[in-house]
Amino acid sequence: MSRERTSAEPFLWLLFSAGGVLTALAVPMILFLFGIAFPLGWLDPPSNAEIYTLLRNPLARLAVIVLCGLGMMHAAHRLRHTIRDGLQLQRHGTAIAAVCYGTAAFLTAVAVVLVSVI
Amino acid sequence: MKEITLRVFRYRPEAEAEPTFQEYAVPLRDDWAVLDALNYVKEEIDPTLSYRWSCRMGICGSCGMTVNGDPKLSCGTFLVDHAPGPITVEPLRNFPVIRDLVIEMTDFMQKLGAVQPWIIRDESDDDPDTELLQTPSEMDDYKRYSMCINCMLCYSACPVYGLDSKFIGPAAIALAQRYNLDSRDEGQEERLDVLSEDEGVWGCTFVGECTRACPKGVDPAGAIQRAKLIAANEAVKAFLLPRWVR
Repeated sequence: MSRERTSAEPFLWLLFSAGGVLTALAVPMILFLFGIAFPLGWLDPPSNAEIYTLLRNPLARLAVIVLCGLGMMHAAHRLRHTIRDGLQLQRHGTAIAAVCYGTAAFLTAVAVVLVSVI
Repeated sequence: MKEITLRVFRYRPEAEAEPTFQEYAVPLRDDWAVLDALNYVKEEIDPTLSYRWSCRMGICGSCGMTVNGDPKLSCGTFLVDHAPGPITVEPLRNFPVIRDLVIEMTDFMQKLGAVQPWIIRDESDDDPDTELLQTPSEMDDYKRYSMCINCMLCYSACPVYGLDSKFIGPAAIALAQRYNLDSRDEGQEERLDVLSEDEGVWGCTFVGECTRACPKGVDPAGAIQRAKLIAANEAVKAFLLPRWVR
């Protein structure tokens, strides 16, 4: 490349995109299973013990953290642009970005803690 | 013959400080587009009306206007589809108005030039007697974006451009992609310098109005998403890899 680019936007957009794809694939399935199929008795629900056993697997923990983290980043990015452009607050762009991504990072950290203490 | 009312935006800076609307009754003919009605007004009712037009067939991109609130080519927007009227005709939004329906397009022309929408290629190794052949699938890669006629309807529809005119905008990015995806072109890196700015592809928040407004099916929003992926890829490489590997 002819010169260095220091903008964070490409990296934030990649996280936003990854989060969008992942939630679009995973969340409908989770909602279908836990919101429809298990309550209506179409499928036998896993017991709490089985879910705990699953979540003790480091890979399963990682999957939950990645799903929560990227989903949160997706929401933060969309919310940031909606607030900044929709409410015409361009002059407060940095503060809005800090609050949106900061909240996403904090909630991801909460997910890490919750999954780790199981 | 039945008539329909055109409510036309008028602005004559030498005569009035604020724009006004003027109503004209024109024949409601099945085969008349808004442009035909404006030509009728100009020839039969009011020769002072100013607007741009040229080809009357959706090729030249000159006659873009806001018709009943939507950015449209006035040559492709038929009166009968808006009957019984009135039909409100205004200049394209997001651009300064010079006079009546004529907008100032200098900003767009500069942006168009900035992405170098032509084939960039080191021809020193090319044999001048040999054609640069392309397979049908190589042509399909860019053909859709090559349909752009620079009519600026996408700029008029884009809320981001409306808020911040520094944004390079949909058509310029779509045309950059038209050449980036051409197998004969070698200019992707040069164009990326412009596209990867914060006012380049990253200005777009994927509202998608540009694609809805495009009269030629170009899908600028899709082009921008593809350009974002390339720009992001290069940014990650620039961040992770040492300079000599890139």
